Amino acid sequence: MEFLSYLISGISLGSVYAIIALGYTMVYGIAKMLNFAHGDVIMVGGYVSFCAVSYLGLPGWLSVVLAMAVCTALGVVIEGLAYKPLRQATSLAVLITAIGVSYFLQNAAQLIWGASPKGYTPLIPTTNAQGEPNTLRLFGGQLSISYISLFTMGACIVIMVLLTFFTGRTKLGKAMRACSEDKGAAQLMGINVNATISLTFAIGSALAAVAGGLLCSFTTSLMPTTGSMPGIKAFTAAVFGGIGSIPGAFLGGILLGVIESLAKAYISTQLANAILFAVLIIVLLVKPSGLLGRYVPEKV
Amino acid sequence: MAEKKVFEKGKMVPVPSVSIIPERDLGKTPILECSHLGIDFGGLTAVNEFNITVGRTEIAGLIGPNGAGKTTVFNLLTKVYQPTRGTILLDGIDTHGKNPAQINRMGIARTFQNIRLFNNLSVEDNVKIGLHNQEKYSMVSGILRLPRYWRQEKAAHQRALELLSIFDMQDMANYQAGSLPYGAQRRLEIVRALATNPSLLLLDEPAAGMNPSETAELMENIVKIRDTFQIAIMLIEHDMSLVMGICEGICVLNFGQIIAKGTAEEIQSNPTVIEAYLGKQQ
Amino acid sequence: MKKLTQKIKGLKKTTKVDFATYLGVVLAFAAVTLLGRLGLLNRFLTGMLVPICAYIVMAVSLNLTVGILGELSLGHAGFMSVGAFSGVIAAQSLQASIPSAPVRLAVAILVGAVFASAAGFIVGVPVLRLRGDYLAIVTLAFGEIIKELINCLLVGYDSRGLHMAFNINGSLTISDLGLEPEGIAIIKGAQGATGTTTIATFTAGFILIMITLVIVLNLVRSRAGRAIMALRDNRIAAESVGVNVTKYKLMAFVTSAALAGAAGALYGLNYSNLAASKFSFDTSILVLVYVVLGGLGNMWGSIVAAAVLYILPEALREFADYRMLVYAVVLILVMLATNNDQLKALAGRILPKRKGAADNG
Repeated sequence: MEFLSYLISGISLGSVYAIIALGYTMVYGIAKMLNFAHGDVIMVGGYVSFCAVSYLGLPGWLSVVLAMAVCTALGVVIEGLAYKPLRQATSLAVLITAIGVSYFLQNAAQLIWGASPKGYTPLIPTTNAQGEPNTLRLFGGQLSISYISLFTMGACIVIMVLLTFFTGRTKLGKAMRACSEDKGAAQLMGINVNATISLTFAIGSALAAVAGGLLCSFTTSLMPTTGSMPGIKAFTAAVFGGIGSIPGAFLGGILLGVIESLAKAYISTQLANAILFAVLIIVLLVKPSGLLGRYVPEKV
Repeated sequence: MAEKKVFEKGKMVPVPSVSIIPERDLGKTPILECSHLGIDFGGLTAVNEFNITVGRTEIAGLIGPNGAGKTTVFNLLTKVYQPTRGTILLDGIDTHGKNPAQINRMGIARTFQNIRLFNNLSVEDNVKIGLHNQEKYSMVSGILRLPRYWRQEKAAHQRALELLSIFDMQDMANYQAGSLPYGAQRRLEIVRALATNPSLLLLDEPAAGMNPSETAELMENIVKIRDTFQIAIMLIEHDMSLVMGICEGICVLNFGQIIAKGTAEEIQSNPTVIEAYLGKQQ
Repeated sequence: MKKLTQKIKGLKKTTKVDFATYLGVVLAFAAVTLLGRLGLLNRFLTGMLVPICAYIVMAVSLNLTVGILGELSLGHAGFMSVGAFSGVIAAQSLQASIPSAPVRLAVAILVGAVFASAAGFIVGVPVLRLRGDYLAIVTLAFGEIIKELINCLLVGYDSRGLHMAFNINGSLTISDLGLEPEGIAIIKGAQGATGTTTIATFTAGFILIMITLVIVLNLVRSRAGRAIMALRDNRIAAESVGVNVTKYKLMAFVTSAALAGAAGALYGLNYSNLAASKFSFDTSILVLVYVVLGGLGNMWGSIVAAAVLYILPEALREFADYRMLVYAVVLILVMLATNNDQLKALAGRILPKRKGAADNG
């Protein structure tokens, strides 16, 4: 039973990673860039949601919607100002620019909200009006799952299904896939490549905002550096599952969360991240393109 | 266009100068023997039952329509792809399980259809990388610049210029390889391959993108290389004037299968070959 | 004299650049030393000299991986960390056996290099089979693993020798090592190295930079260096001319790791307290920024970039809270400007043409 509760907390943490990784993987798939600023968009989403709740008194769900709007705009602006001029540049130049954007967002957040942690009110309060914990009790109370965990898992599945449908069935989604295969050919087919890339950044950033709200609901605190580690882990999750693959990002995220949770519970709290990354390295050595990634050999 | 004209019954067939075509040399043990060579990609059989022998100083041609599997054969010979079945003997030694670098050290050098130079390095350095396995000084002698380093670097420099002079390129030694004109890049690739001291040289479409006079010059040079270095050369080419002009043995590939083997005359009159190139006559 | 100028003119362009790099470093060292003697450097600047040297070595060594070998590494700080802590352990425990501080420093740097190259080998053998971004993520993961492992490490030294413990579940403390009363604690888990005798000097830093330059530049201009650059430019073609891919990738990677370890040891022995969290992902990124802004494969560029960009955030102190923001904006603008076609065309018109000249690494 103890194992099951660790497993469930792992899956719900993994769901957050998966939501971030989905955004990461889409952006990588189309722009072929490691967007290190993605984690910081999560942080911005968290702060916007925090402000909406604390200063405007909005309900939690509405604050997340607002955060999504702000982050979408932010994502599009970042892409337009910093990445679009570098379409023809080397991937390393884009990487450094992304790092610059990441520094910028972190330091801007520090200037606006200060370096000290802010207390974040979870989207679903941990206790209800009667002061009882907001959890679903199973097996006669032996196993309790908080509603926020359930909500996170549900949100993650819904997002994954929607994204799969979007990229597989809709015209815009197909345009996105075409751009990620071959931008030049896509352009010749009449697809507006720049608009498609902007759209991808918009979707990725909106997902980051959702993830920001959920992540802060678990950690209940918010700092300018809140996004960096989850950003790196989500990136790891995307690579783990096979970067560019939507089911891969989902699977990678969940697995990462589970491994982290179980490692913390049974091996060592201090070494949880080390274990996580060691598993990643082993997986990549066995499957060099991730769990669900395609291996494309170089043509001679 | 050129390849079609060749088969118009004698009319357009270029007459090779007698001095160029030497006799086929299969009397001695061959340098290359392939038997039952084949590879599958997933369910697709790209090459099957590829049997061929190439003499020690033979110029052999590998022709066939686009997508016939010619480059795949080169990739099998150099182990860019591991064959699914069959054996490749180089100078009587089985090349099974070797990687491309080991194959090169065993004596096969190649050029690529889509030119692959070390674009950021100088022309001379490109050739020197070809000389890599003939230079024998360690990393430490290199870092400490011991006398071995100076001696061998000097020798490599001279050898590189010597090899470049085959194509009159010694003046370009300090140019960046990526900045060379197309034809010079193709020639540099050949020089680099020659630098590895091969016994079999594989040329993948050496005349692609060249005009007739450049092609004629290339033909002479290929023969000159064979005569000077006494090596076997196998080439893939769509320019039939080149293939028919210098190749002593020709092998025609279609859908991964050999459909004909023989001398230029035999190939030109082979009905299966004509059908493969021009389609069935109605 | 005329003969000499003629000889200099006859040298290859790459050789001239190399000599200019050495000369520049020597001159900079002489100038800084002179200013120091004259008392013109404030304490703030003097304190930065050794770290600058360490970061220059880091940048040059990372340039070997990223610029010459062409593989993106995001875990270079991991090797620095291995070098720093193994170097500190060596220096602290050899205090009695080697009383001379410079010799002890040299030994510590060597130990740091050896341990880091071992780490580089362990990571490199399996990992260099991966390509591009996958390699990047694995090096990143490696850096994080090293950081957490060192965070769990307890090391002490007494007359019976070195004592080590691995604090897996966070319950051990330094007293669990059972040191003799006169023994010293060298590494205290998450606190890192404490009470280290700081023996790193600017002169040592200068010598390390010179050694690094000799190793890297001479390697690049040798047979091995050409093979490494060939792998960068076209792996398949390099294989086709008989270059052993694994061997040369590993050679570059391990050399780079060893130099990072040496830099780490120098850095570690400059501070009495040093935690493993100092060598995080951010540090790897910082060094990568030096390399990219200095120019890939361009060693003097890395040196200048490391020195300038290390000082820049400090020099921006008058902007107080805004300095990192300004730094970020400068970084983005520089990347945009250096990759702007119009600006490049403009620079091409103003600067003398280098048509056909090979940029040899």
